[in-house]
Amino acid sequence: MVTATAREVAGATPDPELPPLTIADLGILRSVEHEGDTVVATITPTYSGCPALREIGVDLRRRLAAAGFARVEVRTRLAPPWTSDWITAEGRRKLAETGIAAPHAAPDGSGERGPVPLTLLASRPAVACPMCGSARTVRTAEFGATACKALYRCDECREPFEYVKEI
Amino acid sequence: MSHDDNPYDLLADEHGEDHRWAFGTGFTDPLAGVDTAVPAGVDAAGLAAYCLMLADDALIYSHRLQQWVTRLPELEEETAVANIALDLLGQARLLLARAAAADPSLGADEDRLAFFRDEPQFRNVRLVERADADFAELVARLFVFATWRLALFERLRASADPVLAAIAGRAVSELAYHRDYAAQWVVRLGDGTDVSRDRMRQGLAAVWPLTEELFTRHPVEEALGRVAADPAAVRAEADLVLDTVLSTAGLERPSAGPLGRVSGRTGRDGVHTEDLGYVLAELQSVARAHPDATW
Repeated sequence: MVTATAREVAGATPDPELPPLTIADLGILRSVEHEGDTVVATITPTYSGCPALREIGVDLRRRLAAAGFARVEVRTRLAPPWTSDWITAEGRRKLAETGIAAPHAAPDGSGERGPVPLTLLASRPAVACPMCGSARTVRTAEFGATACKALYRCDECREPFEYVKEI
Repeated sequence: MSHDDNPYDLLADEHGEDHRWAFGTGFTDPLAGVDTAVPAGVDAAGLAAYCLMLADDALIYSHRLQQWVTRLPELEEETAVANIALDLLGQARLLLARAAAADPSLGADEDRLAFFRDEPQFRNVRLVERADADFAELVARLFVFATWRLALFERLRASADPVLAAIAGRAVSELAYHRDYAAQWVVRLGDGTDVSRDRMRQGLAAVWPLTEELFTRHPVEEALGRVAADPAAVRAEADLVLDTVLSTAGLERPSAGPLGRVSGRTGRDGVHTEDLGYVLAELQSVARAHPDATW
């Protein structure tokens, strides 16, 4: 009962770069457990240089403390690496609502060991426009305003939009 | 946005009202909560030395890429290069923290390693030291660097050190994006106008003498066995990628021979080109002028 509450409080922490989504929606929050009188929240960074990780840790501690959990520890877990496949159905729904296209399935299973193929000549699946649903979209930049997003433009409704990259 | 939802206020609150982010303050250990015990049978000092090599490649190159920001030809290139530099800085932080945790005799943390080592203590390859002459040279250097580093890190996912394997597991998909970004530009410039093709050729010619060093096995790597990835063993895979992209771009592999060694030593031994000093002067000056400063 108490564990569920701690998990609910931790899971409601918003992502600093995508505030409509929580860290549970994004799959960043891996577990919330009680170890003695300490609540241990474990998070996995999305990218090596993700600048939001520290803010997430601070916010997690503050929210859990406010909910009455006196002792809180935030741990980092690096393996397996975060993948955009961990974004929940709820997370994908919120992305679409925000006008951001949700990622396709990640190309490379996190446990794979083989060489990563060069995508230079490969055609990639179309990204549907989150505004009008058209598949007539073009990528305008592989790297957007944050590490996790690319920039697209819809040729149907002419709107630019962001796409969470599959990783 | 309420006060409580503003991340900057939250960070300021954590340190009291008068503190703001600064060197040496407010950066949490990127390996917090990770089990950093060195596995039995692994030489801790060797592991730390190896992590420093991989960290310094990323740290120095990230700085050179950061110097491009506000100078790039298009806004899209600004965001791309800034993001690539950020990924590499993140990799450098994790690897520096891994080195510091593996070998406490270094007496250092991530910040001390980045800001208070001198030039001969840096172990990066010389490829990452020089400022690019133009955008084509940036593309050439990034293409070679990302192709090589990706091939190494693919193998490091199976490292006998689980922390290094986890860092590599994260970095591989980042490096795949870096390589693809550079490869697309090699093709666009090489298969573009006479001017862009000439520039691309010159860029490749400028960085090619520094590629031999990337694939040369160092004694630190040799001694580590399954902890390290053998750079000589990734050459065939990297060559295949380099040649595929160059031929798609209609470009020839440059014929220039490797840059000379100094008494057999290179960047991995702490022997650098004069360019590294300029990077370190900029990278380290604030930290050294105000050691342990907070404000």
